Amino acid sequence: MTMPATDHPLRLAARADRDGLIQRHPEIFHPSPMRRIRTGLILALLAGLFAYGLVVLDFDVARLVTGVGKLGQFLWFMLPPSTGTWAKFFVYLHALAETVAIAFLGTFTAAIVALPVGFLAAKNVVPNVVVHFLSRRIVDTIRGVDELIWALIWVSVVGLGPFAGVLALLCANFGLFSKLFSEAIEAADRKASEGIASTGGGKLHGIRFGILPQVLPIFGSQVLYFFESNTRSATIIGIVGAGGIGLHLAEQIRVLEYQHVSALILMILVTVAIIDQVSTRLRFALIGERAAP
Amino acid sequence: MSSAVTRLPDHQLAAHGAAYAEAVSAKRRQLYIGLALFILAYIVAGIVAEVRPATFFTNLWRFTDYIGRIFTLEQGAAAGRFVLFDPVEWMWGFDKWMKLLWETLLIAYVGTLTGAVGGFVFAFLSARNLTPNSTVGFLAKRWLEFCRTVPEIVFALIFVVAFGLGPVPGVLAIAIHTFGALGKQFAEVAENIDMKPVDGLTATGATWAECMRFAVVPQVLSNFASYALLRFEVNVRGAAVMGFVGAGGIGQDLVEAIRKFYYSDVSAILVLIIATVMIIDLSTERLRHHLIGMDNRS
Repeated sequence: MTMPATDHPLRLAARADRDGLIQRHPEIFHPSPMRRIRTGLILALLAGLFAYGLVVLDFDVARLVTGVGKLGQFLWFMLPPSTGTWAKFFVYLHALAETVAIAFLGTFTAAIVALPVGFLAAKNVVPNVVVHFLSRRIVDTIRGVDELIWALIWVSVVGLGPFAGVLALLCANFGLFSKLFSEAIEAADRKASEGIASTGGGKLHGIRFGILPQVLPIFGSQVLYFFESNTRSATIIGIVGAGGIGLHLAEQIRVLEYQHVSALILMILVTVAIIDQVSTRLRFALIGERAAP
Repeated sequence: MSSAVTRLPDHQLAAHGAAYAEAVSAKRRQLYIGLALFILAYIVAGIVAEVRPATFFTNLWRFTDYIGRIFTLEQGAAAGRFVLFDPVEWMWGFDKWMKLLWETLLIAYVGTLTGAVGGFVFAFLSARNLTPNSTVGFLAKRWLEFCRTVPEIVFALIFVVAFGLGPVPGVLAIAIHTFGALGKQFAEVAENIDMKPVDGLTATGATWAECMRFAVVPQVLSNFASYALLRFEVNVRGAAVMGFVGAGGIGQDLVEAIRKFYYSDVSAILVLIIATVMIIDLSTERLRHHLIGMDNRS
C-alpha cells in the first residue's frame, strides 16, 4: 500500500491495454441503451412522484426552516431529562407498568385465542377450500385494521382506560398470530402425523402428537418476538386514551413540558430494551441459538 | 415381508423405562413451574391493567352492537338497514375520502423515499464490513437505533408542535422511522455481500465511495428495493393513523367519525382503508417477487 495508487502496476497495465479491455468487455463499458433508458425512466418516475407529493402535501422551505429551528429549540429544552418531582416519576412508572401489562395480556391472550383459529385456517388440518378461504379473509381483514384504530373503537365500547388497550392489542395480534400460526402449521413436516395415522391414531391424535410438538416452539418464539413490538405499540395507544404511558406522553407534549417528554421517551426506550433482551433470551432458550430469525 | 421387533429382556427394559419416566417427569416439572409463573404474571398484569372480566362479559354485547351499528345506515331511504342496501348513501363522502387516501399514500411514499435515501447512506456507514472507521460506524448504528425505537406517532406528535398541523409532520415522522428501520435492514444485507469485488476495487486504488458504488451497490440494490417496498407497505398503514394526532391523511376523518359516533362513516372509511392496504400489499408483493427473481437469475 506504500505505492501511490495511480502508479500501481495493475493499473498501469490496465491503462496500457485500455482499448483491448473495452473491446473484450463491451457489456461493461457500453451497457445496452435500453437498460439505461429503463433505469432513467424508473428514476424519473420516482423523482417526479416525489416532487408531486411535495407540492400536494404543502411542503415549503420557509415552514421547514422555522420548523427545524423550533425542533432545535425543543431539543435544547429537553435537556436534561427530568420528571420534576419524585411523585411524578412514580406516576410515570406506574403508567409504564400498565403499558407492559397491556402488552403482556394483549400478546399472550391473542396467542391463546389464535391457536385454534390457526389450526382451522391451515390447509393441511382442515382441507376445506371454503373454510380456508373464509378464515384467511377474516383474519386478513382484522389484521388490516391498525392497533390505534382498534384502540379507538374499544375506547368507545368499554370506555377509557388500559382495558381498552388490552382489547385493542388482542384484536390486532389475533389477526397476526392466526396468520403466522396457520403458516407454521402448513409448513410442518407431515411425516410425524402420517406415522401416527399408520399406528391407528385419529385426526386429533395426529394434531396433538404429530403437529403440535413441531410447531409449539415456533409459536412461542413468534409470540415472544411480537411481545417486544407490542410493548412499543402499547406505549402509543395511550394517545387515544387506551391506558399506559402514551397518555402522559401526549399530554406532556401538548403542554410543552419538554424535560418530561424526554424523560418519558428515555423510560420507554429503556423498557423496550429490557423487554427485548428478556424475550430474545427466552426465544433462544426455546428454539436454540441458530434458528433465531 | 414380515418383520419382528426385537424385545430386550425385562431387566434391561426396566432400566430404560425408569430413565424415560425420570426424563418425562423432569420435563413435566419444568412445564408446570413455567406455567405457574406464567399464570402468576398473567394475574399481576391483569390487576395492573385493570381488567374486569365480569364487566367485559356483561358488556360484550356492546361490541357486537357497535359492529352491527357501524354497518347500518343512519339516514336516507334505506335508513336502519344494512349498508349495502344503499351503497351511494353509505359512501356519500367517497370523493373526499379518496382524496384523503391519495394524500395518505403520498405521505407514505414521500416518507418512505426520504427515509430510504437516508438509510441507504447510513447502511454503508454502519455495516460492519464496510464502515470507513469504527467510530463513524458506532455513531451511525446508535442513530439508526434511536430513529427506529421511538414510535413514529411520537415523532409525529412532536413534529405537529414544531411544524404545525397537516401532512408535513406526518411525512417527516414516517421518514425518520423509516430511516432507522431501513438503515438497519440495509446494513444487514450489506453485511452479507461477497467481499471479493470490494477487495478487487481496493486493489486498483479506488476510493471508499467508488468501492461502494461499483462493488457493493450492484450486489445489494435489488434486495434494498425489496425491503423498501415492504417498508412502504408498513408505512401506508402507519400513514392511515397519522391523522389521529393531526398529521394529515385519512386518519383525521376516521378519528372524527369514531369520536362523534357517525357510525356508518366509520365502516365506510375502514373498508376503504382496508381495501387500499390490501391492493398495495398485493401489488408490492408482485413487484418484490419480480425483484428477487431478477436477483436469482443474474
